[in-house]
Amino acid sequence: MRITRTVVAGRRRRAAVLATTGLTIPALLLTGCSSDSDTSGSTGPDANGNITLTVADFGQFGYKEAGLFAKYHELHPNITVKEDVTADEKIYYPKLLQQLNSGSGLADVQGIEVGRIKEITDTKADSFVDLGKVIDVGDWVSWKAKQATAPSGAVIGAGTDIGPMSLCYNTDLFKKAGLPTDRAEVAKKVAGGWEDYLKLGEEYKKKAPAGTYFMDSASAMFNAVVSSNAKQYYDESGKPVYKESPSVQQGWNLAAEVASKKLSQGLAQFDTNTWVPALRKGTIATVACPAWMAGQISANAGEGNKGKWDITTAPGATAANWGGSFLAVPKSGKNVEEAGKLVKWLTAPEQQAAVFKAIGVFPSNKGAYDLPDVKNAKLPYFNDAPIGQIYADEAKSIPEAVLGPKDGVIKDTISTQITNMEQRGTSPDKAWKAATDAIDKAIG
Amino acid sequence: MATSTPTRDAYAPPPGGSPHAPARSGRQTWRSRLWRFDDKASPYAYIAPFFLVFGAFGLYPLLYTGWIALHRVEMTGLNQMEWVGWENFDKILHDAEFWTAVANTFLIGVMSTVPQLLVALGLAHLLNYRLRASTFWRTVVLTPYATSVASAALVFALVFRADGGLLNWLLHFVGLGDTNWANGHWTSKIAISVIVIWRWTGYNALIYLAAMQAVPADLYEAASLDGASRWQQFRKVTIPSLRPTILFTIVISTIGSMQLFGEPLLLEGGRLGATGGNENQYETLSVYLYNYGWNLGHLGPAAAVAWAMLALLLIIAAVNWLVGRFVRKSAV
Repeated sequence: MRITRTVVAGRRRRAAVLATTGLTIPALLLTGCSSDSDTSGSTGPDANGNITLTVADFGQFGYKEAGLFAKYHELHPNITVKEDVTADEKIYYPKLLQQLNSGSGLADVQGIEVGRIKEITDTKADSFVDLGKVIDVGDWVSWKAKQATAPSGAVIGAGTDIGPMSLCYNTDLFKKAGLPTDRAEVAKKVAGGWEDYLKLGEEYKKKAPAGTYFMDSASAMFNAVVSSNAKQYYDESGKPVYKESPSVQQGWNLAAEVASKKLSQGLAQFDTNTWVPALRKGTIATVACPAWMAGQISANAGEGNKGKWDITTAPGATAANWGGSFLAVPKSGKNVEEAGKLVKWLTAPEQQAAVFKAIGVFPSNKGAYDLPDVKNAKLPYFNDAPIGQIYADEAKSIPEAVLGPKDGVIKDTISTQITNMEQRGTSPDKAWKAATDAIDKAIG
Repeated sequence: MATSTPTRDAYAPPPGGSPHAPARSGRQTWRSRLWRFDDKASPYAYIAPFFLVFGAFGLYPLLYTGWIALHRVEMTGLNQMEWVGWENFDKILHDAEFWTAVANTFLIGVMSTVPQLLVALGLAHLLNYRLRASTFWRTVVLTPYATSVASAALVFALVFRADGGLLNWLLHFVGLGDTNWANGHWTSKIAISVIVIWRWTGYNALIYLAAMQAVPADLYEAASLDGASRWQQFRKVTIPSLRPTILFTIVISTIGSMQLFGEPLLLEGGRLGATGGNENQYETLSVYLYNYGWNLGHLGPAAAVAWAMLALLLIIAAVNWLVGRFVRKSAV
């Protein structure tokens, strides 16, 4: 078998080389395409005085959807705004820190999530422009402005949105389980707080349609419980107190109860493999619902479920805030002044109202609440629920939360362990230990 | 190769600079000195670029990582370094998650390397036969190697998806198919091993194929004259001739599996990917390092993990060397 081969080897080998190169080069090109061209950094004005402002953000800020960058270009013909979006905030933030450390690659405007703002004001405030001189801090809901204020008094971020929490529920499933579907009646049932919410869940479970669950995820409920309290994971002096914090304990115990009574489907929220299909199939009866979550539900549950959902007030007397971001201007930028003007414009009432209309994230600027686009806003998908009214009311009772530098990591770690209790049946003690071990490592 | 390359000494005139030689004109001695200097120094000049690049991008980062491992450095303040000595090593060695990651790395390493090399050997043997369109098959075998980790991992993530994944869909025809692959301790490791096997088997097969073609044909002729069957030829002729190549692929695969990163990170992606699953069930050392440094922002312990990985690799290399020596001795 080996001797005959050599006769044709010469021609064959050349063909082999050709074929191999022919096949590999496109593969390499394909993989090469993924490396991005690095054009996101701040650059100065060109010869004609035209300025390109770069805005780096994550997830969905809604400016493109609301057409605001194009509008800004119309108002200021010499300014073009370019947005550089990172889908996942968990990837965006380490990159931002690296850029802050090296002082290069930063955009003119950078988005910062609420779970990170404390770490930024504590450690990186010097790298950002004091926006207190550009924007009027009094326009914002008070706690939002406080979150972005550094110890030195500098305001390093302008609030883009807040996440007042309501309760989204599936009227179709409620009806089948023999529960009231009217907004006021549902609100009355859970008015006493999250314990009442669980009682409603047990009531639901008794007559629930097969394969459906009262809630999507107990970790979402945990998050809602914690963030409706002023004292969360840290105390005022900046010491982590999450192990003793009453709100964390209450939330954890409720989550453990949900897991043991199987009131939730145990999904990881936003997971495209499980959570999104569950919404489409309509197996979830309630979702703890910040303003932006309503948009998530309507987008993921799809047209087929239109009119099957409604929105009412969240359990308890104080409302929770979930999420919300800031826009900050790095000092190292080449167009600091113009960037400040852009931030002021983007976070002004009219523009926040436009974003609310486009993608449903709720304004943090109080001035926006009286604008008709917000005040009279109704969501057709949710039986014309008067969301402008509901969320503005909720926003009034949000407590002034004490934030900590590692809030985001703590929340994520506890969420993972709550999912373990739901999915794997991990005992609450074991899950709590795993959570505290991981959190102590994160804080340490 | 080195022995067959003639050096200049082979045809150069006898050294003129020796003290016993009669005095020649100064110009000539200078030239012959230059000649000798060129002879001795130029090889170093030829290999210098590699060492310069290695020093800048290999050695310096390695040592600096070691320096960081002895300090408290936070992602939020890279310019503030606080000396802590061995504390970071102490921290990771007392962290249960670190040992989980070590165990996972080894398990996935074994689960991916062993089948991969066995299959590669078999594939190489098949490719060594006279086949129609053999170049095509050889190219096909290599294509997985040319795809990027990210795209391979993302496609396999779809295959192993719990809800509506390709594999579960196929399994449901035989009455199985409720497996949450990424969630299980063993199933997640299997899933990752499959990605690794898929990507690297062809690469190793081609290396084996090259080595097989270097085996002298008369060995096979002699064996077949002695009445050895195909299988006996494979076992008694091919495998022993391939021994150095097999050792090489084992070393390369071991290093590769120690650095396993993209596949576990992207199997589920996002928050779960960064901690290697909700119970760290498929967290490898590289993922642990990444999570410690980039998600939690503590670069000191992350650097310590990097050095721990180096130590583990050295241990493995030592074991490999001992085993290799033993095998060579017993083969004689």
